[in-house]
Amino acid sequence: MVTVLEPHNELRQRAWDAAASVVDPEIPVLTIADLGVLRDVVVDGDHVEIAITPTYSGCPAMNMIALEIEVALERAGFHRPKVRTVLSPAWTTDWMSAEGRRKLHAYGIAPPQASNSRRALFGEQAVVCPQCSSADTELLSEFGSTSCKALWRCRACREPFDYFKCH
Amino acid sequence: MPVVNIEVSETPLVLYALRRADDALILGHRLSEWCGHAPMLEEDMALSNIALDLIGQARELYTYAAKAEGKDNDEDKLAYLRDVRQYRNLLLLEQPNGDFAQTLVRQFFYSAFADLYWRAMMTSRDTTLAAIAAKSEKESAYHLRHSSEWIIRLGDGTDESHARAQAAIDHLWAFTGEMFAVDDGERALIHADIAVDPGTLRGRWLTTLSEVIGEAMLKLPQNDWMQQGGRVGRHSEHLGHLLSELQSIQRTFPGQTW
Repeated sequence: MVTVLEPHNELRQRAWDAAASVVDPEIPVLTIADLGVLRDVVVDGDHVEIAITPTYSGCPAMNMIALEIEVALERAGFHRPKVRTVLSPAWTTDWMSAEGRRKLHAYGIAPPQASNSRRALFGEQAVVCPQCSSADTELLSEFGSTSCKALWRCRACREPFDYFKCH
Repeated sequence: MPVVNIEVSETPLVLYALRRADDALILGHRLSEWCGHAPMLEEDMALSNIALDLIGQARELYTYAAKAEGKDNDEDKLAYLRDVRQYRNLLLLEQPNGDFAQTLVRQFFYSAFADLYWRAMMTSRDTTLAAIAAKSEKESAYHLRHSSEWIIRLGDGTDESHARAQAAIDHLWAFTGEMFAVDDGERALIHADIAVDPGTLRGRWLTTLSEVIGEAMLKLPQNDWMQQGGRVGRHSEHLGHLLSELQSIQRTFPGQTW
């Protein structure tokens, strides 16, 4: 039976790599693997099933991500791939990889901070400017261009920037 | 040809998920009415973002309600093919947007509750509800912070903004009692550790309210007469108008997709 397992694993890896190449349509520098949205890939005979988890409850990118996974899998030679949504355990920004955080920063979006800073009702967080790396920044709006971002401004270089909210 | 309403077998669990789904959808829809009309761009985006979070929560809850029911219904049918009397949301959430103060007071009353409620629901023995709660409590925390800041800004602002905020509080107060009510079906779910008893959250809810409203130089009403009925489908006249807009495409072109 060991002989069957080997090609099966290769197949799963191929399916995983195809799914992992899909990027977030709203932040195209991040793949769904960087984001931690890609949870599992199961290959069973001719069937391949991809499990993803939503980020924010109402994130409209999820539908598009599911569609693009299907396209990527079809291109990689998998017939009629199935995309399944799993809710548990719930996604948090802690699922984002270190590589994902680095890419975000380089792209000009401040990466999410550690989750314990979130609770304070009026507490200010120290978000570092992705342009000039100054910590002298201020919140402009809790809600930004997408559900996952807040709008900040750097007092040092005067540039506004997006902050990927801690979730 | 008229579109027939669906029927829903409201077992206690189905009804429980449906009530929370309706809360999220109706408030989300109300907030979406501000899109393009808010007093400034940041606020337009904030209210739309909150609407998006709520509609996302509604979708997950409807999907779960449909699964728990195990019939032919799905999230779209539950949202688009039930009439006013079949909706189970809190009366508070269907109240019209009114002025900006009224929208924010409604949001504040609800978010202060939702923040506590979803955090408590994270330990539900129902794994789906617990997973939905894990997401919703974080979103609710943002929503509460946003509305709290506005309550203070309006209450401690000009005479005009203060008067409007106080009028909104006085007007909406009678709709808050319904958040803490339970019926027999819910009581059984509470005993099974699937649901939380909202009555246990009321003290902390009042503390949040007192802190923010106090800092805003506003006053909580003293009267404790509360209006109820939304949870069993007895709604104010406003919900029908809201649904006629929300459902118009599916009622006109049944089964239409984008």
